[in-house]
Amino acid sequence: MSFATMLLQLGKGMLVTAEIFVLTLLFSLPLGLVLAFGRMAKNGFLRGVTKIYISIMRGTPLMLQLFVVYFAPYYVFKIPISSSYRIVAVIIGFVLNYAAYFAEIYRAGIESIPVGQYEAAKMLGYSKASTFFRIILPQVIKRILPPVTNEVITLVKDTSLAFVLSVTEMFTIAKQIAAAEKSMMAFVAAGVFYYIFNLLVALIMEKIEKKLSYYK
Amino acid sequence: MNLLEINHMQKSFGNLEVLKDISLTVKEGEVVSIIGPSGSGKSTLLRCATMLEQMDGGDLIYLGKHAAKDVEQKSVYAKKEELKQIQKYFGLVFQNFNLFPHFSVIKNVTDALITVEKMPKKQAVERGKKLLGQLGLLEKANAYPYQLSGGQQQRVSIARALALQPKILFFDEPTSALDPELTGEVLKVIKQLAKEKMTMIIVTHEMQFAKELSDRIIFMEDGVIQAQGTPEEIFASKNERVQNFIGKF
Ligand SMILES: Nc1ncnc2c1ncn2[C@@H]1O[C@H](COP(=O)(O)OP(=O)(O)O)[C@@H](O)[C@H]1O
Ligand SMILES: [Mg+2]
Repeated sequence: MSFATMLLQLGKGMLVTAEIFVLTLLFSLPLGLVLAFGRMAKNGFLRGVTKIYISIMRGTPLMLQLFVVYFAPYYVFKIPISSSYRIVAVIIGFVLNYAAYFAEIYRAGIESIPVGQYEAAKMLGYSKASTFFRIILPQVIKRILPPVTNEVITLVKDTSLAFVLSVTEMFTIAKQIAAAEKSMMAFVAAGVFYYIFNLLVALIMEKIEKKLSYYK
Repeated sequence: MNLLEINHMQKSFGNLEVLKDISLTVKEGEVVSIIGPSGSGKSTLLRCATMLEQMDGGDLIYLGKHAAKDVEQKSVYAKKEELKQIQKYFGLVFQNFNLFPHFSVIKNVTDALITVEKMPKKQAVERGKKLLGQLGLLEKANAYPYQLSGGQQQRVSIARALALQPKILFFDEPTSALDPELTGEVLKVIKQLAKEKMTMIIVTHEMQFAKELSDRIIFMEDGVIQAQGTPEEIFASKNERVQNFIGKF
């Protein structure tokens, strides 16, 4: 196999990796906010349930969670699993897992905003919703950017776990090529791909951080 | 008409009875200062009057409208919609400003007008700039709070409260978080407001300021109003507790 062919195949895998990455963020970032609200709810039952959920998602391996999401339809509901469900299961598993991590980050961020901000907003007549979305959330986003960046970088690397459900993302392809060619080259190239991906992520996050640095 | 009427206000935190039967009326244009030792319940009184805290017993009445009505020694609050209307009658200036750090000065002053009152942006900015001009802050309109001194931040927060044109403005120790050399500029603004007949209730430790500015001074201790009267009356008071407290300054 020529070097160019190898890169082409890895590139195709990279697209799947990017798909997992983008869809996971797209759904887990808002879902994390919903979970954070649950975690801080006045209702004790809701608070307890979200706490347990978050604790399980953070306390068990993501790989195991992927298996559970993939096999549950068959073992629990006797629904036959089609192969197109693999990528869906990967994304569901990642979203459920990352939302739990994001929820804790959001919660810490929200709780770090001084109560005076809420009181000032109340005094000026802001509704609960506009207090949160206009006054609180923008400040939360600025504060949580560093831990969110960490999670996003971990996500880039975690996408390789999709191989356990035989989703042909970049790492799966690298493994196949390495086995067929009896050479490390594909792994090295895959490593470079992941690294560049993360450099891009870091660059983008830095841009956002700069954009939000207009106030303290 | 009384702008504000408080009857038998009572408030406890757990077992701690912080306000014991506070009654107080404020007329249009009146400037009332509240003095008293730390922990006597001054902030709690302001927080109950501005509905940041719910009082346990007593009436809270603005312009004849009941925000809370005493029913068998329990305060029963009006409906949400009514409270929203009543909320517009007053503003509160906090000890530590509580400006919105992510908004520029002009946005701090105008955002509630635009988002809450639905005033067209142009009109809101006009009003905001006029206020900032009056408070000597026009050149700071596009700065962010962190770029301002404490005195400037407090003046912005006064402008923010004034933008909504409240009928009564409460101040909770507006100069206590400031370096001594910065208190003057804030006190000057409040004095200017008094001249313009703004109705104000001011918790303060600045005795000279209270004396010069107030129509009435209230001395609070242990959750009760121990004495009240004109500045002359209070400063000449025979009440031992009042004398003791004022003597410390
Ligand atoms: N949210 C609260 N929970 C419990 N105790 C409080 C709370 N707020 C104030 N207190 C107590 O109430 C008393 C009066 O406090 P405060 O109204 O702040 O007094 P002041 O403003 O006159 O210094 C103090 O003993 C204070 O510890
Ligand atoms: Mg106080």
